[in-house]
Amino acid sequence: MEKEPVLQVNGLSKAFGGVQAVLDVDFTLFKGEILGIIGPNGAGKTTLVNLVTGFVKPDAGSVLFKGKNIKGLQPHKIANLGLVRTFQVMRPYHSLAAFKNLIVPLNSPRVRRTSGGKLGDTDLVAIDILEQIGFERDARVPYKIASSLPLGYLKRLELARCIALRPEVILCDEVFSGLSMSEIASMIPLLEKLQMEGITIMMIEHRLRELFRLADRVVVINFGKKIAEGIPKEVMEREDVKAAYLGTGKRK
Amino acid sequence: MGFLAMPRILLILGLLILPITLDMYWQRVLCIAGIYALLALSFDFLAEYVGLVCLGGAMFIGFGGYTSGVLNAYFGWSPIVTIPIATLGGAVMSTLVLIPCLRLRGIYFAIVSFMLPLFSVYIITAVGIFGSTEGISALDTLPNIWVEQYVIIGAIIVALFGIRRLVNEDIGLIFRGIKDNDQAVRASGISITAYRIKAVFIASLIGSFAGAYLSHLYGWLGLSLFAMDFSILPIAACVMGGMGTLVGPVIGAIILTPMSEALRGFGQLRVVLYCLVLIGFILYKPEGLMNYLERKYHQFERWEVV
Repeated sequence: MEKEPVLQVNGLSKAFGGVQAVLDVDFTLFKGEILGIIGPNGAGKTTLVNLVTGFVKPDAGSVLFKGKNIKGLQPHKIANLGLVRTFQVMRPYHSLAAFKNLIVPLNSPRVRRTSGGKLGDTDLVAIDILEQIGFERDARVPYKIASSLPLGYLKRLELARCIALRPEVILCDEVFSGLSMSEIASMIPLLEKLQMEGITIMMIEHRLRELFRLADRVVVINFGKKIAEGIPKEVMEREDVKAAYLGTGKRK
Repeated sequence: MGFLAMPRILLILGLLILPITLDMYWQRVLCIAGIYALLALSFDFLAEYVGLVCLGGAMFIGFGGYTSGVLNAYFGWSPIVTIPIATLGGAVMSTLVLIPCLRLRGIYFAIVSFMLPLFSVYIITAVGIFGSTEGISALDTLPNIWVEQYVIIGAIIVALFGIRRLVNEDIGLIFRGIKDNDQAVRASGISITAYRIKAVFIASLIGSFAGAYLSHLYGWLGLSLFAMDFSILPIAACVMGGMGTLVGPVIGAIILTPMSEALRGFGQLRVVLYCLVLIGFILYKPEGLMNYLERKYHQFERWEVV
């Protein structure tokens, strides 16, 4: 496979006061792949997503999206370039019906531009997108008020919000967390389908077994630093990765 | 169909018939109540549908009122021309002044928006423009009391149903999205600042119209156009009428303003009684009149079906 980089991160650093959340992280996301970002709690994974998507300003380093430096751009500008993210803690527009939640991204400059002004009725487009992602139309799930939806649907709604933007790259921040095994099992084909459609995916995940079924490569982060990168199986064999996850076993 | 249309028809008919039932004095009060109703509507829209608590009602009134009055006094333009110009001009000025404040959140935005009318007063007195502390009197008024009443009633109906429609359109859903979760809106490729500016402009259109109308109602303009009442009273109307219902604040203002007039006989005690009514609402009906009535009305529907 021809490897074409879509997202190149170099020397990215961010400190919150005295806490070095991310330090000198480099990685490259290639077109069409699924890259996993793993690491123990508090390793700086979510901060990394915030830095790349412009929600937090980096102290140092560069972020190149399709060769263009996007560091310091506002979040909505980055989203309009086709680099979109999900949120770990979902807060849908709770007073609105599920499909009405997608009206917001469907009105973005990116969707207007790519559809050439021929989007038609945004409500219908929104319902179509939700149906593709497993909101059963016959059971009238897309019409339910967002605050009444169970967690599984909320995670999908978050993903649907990204898909509505017609993205090139999706950064998924723990889309599996809090889901049951069967819910995860139904989510995996969705992500595979997105990959088939040519969308590049970066996944932050704690559910390693499920992640390894999907990810082509993984990057391991601990205390804000990248400690390993490679094919999932090989990476997990490494001593320093085991130590990061399980501790060193040395006691005083 | 009739079940849902009924309250709307009732409201419009009620507003249209109201002037006929009143004498001169109360007709005047109704005009003032209408101004507060428009301000309450614009406050409710910004607070409940965009998430901006804007205490700048006095600024909308002041900018609208001064623009309209000054055009009338200095150039002799008729109110038919000055009111529309002032509505637009006042809204543009208010929006420009509020733009730098849009980065602030919640209470900070409220505080700064509250200070802006006070600043305007200081600027006018310090520079000595537009009649300074004395204001400008002998502005043209509208032809007669009937025109005055029906202009403001018409404006209320247009603004109310306009905003109601707007909040369910795509742009309105984006406003509500910003209120619920501004980060998700940004992640969806939408500039929240751009949409907040649009929302503030819509709200200040309503407020500036009320201000322009007010200066021609009194035939006078002065620093009291920037009075705190215009920022505070609409909130009371919203509390009473029901936040987020849009129609509630309008009804709240139409009840509260005349009530404040009726209590005039009590002198200084007036404010105390006024506050008691408000506290009563906060304690016993915090949801407000409209939310309560709406619920009851829908219960009635179910009862009818079964």
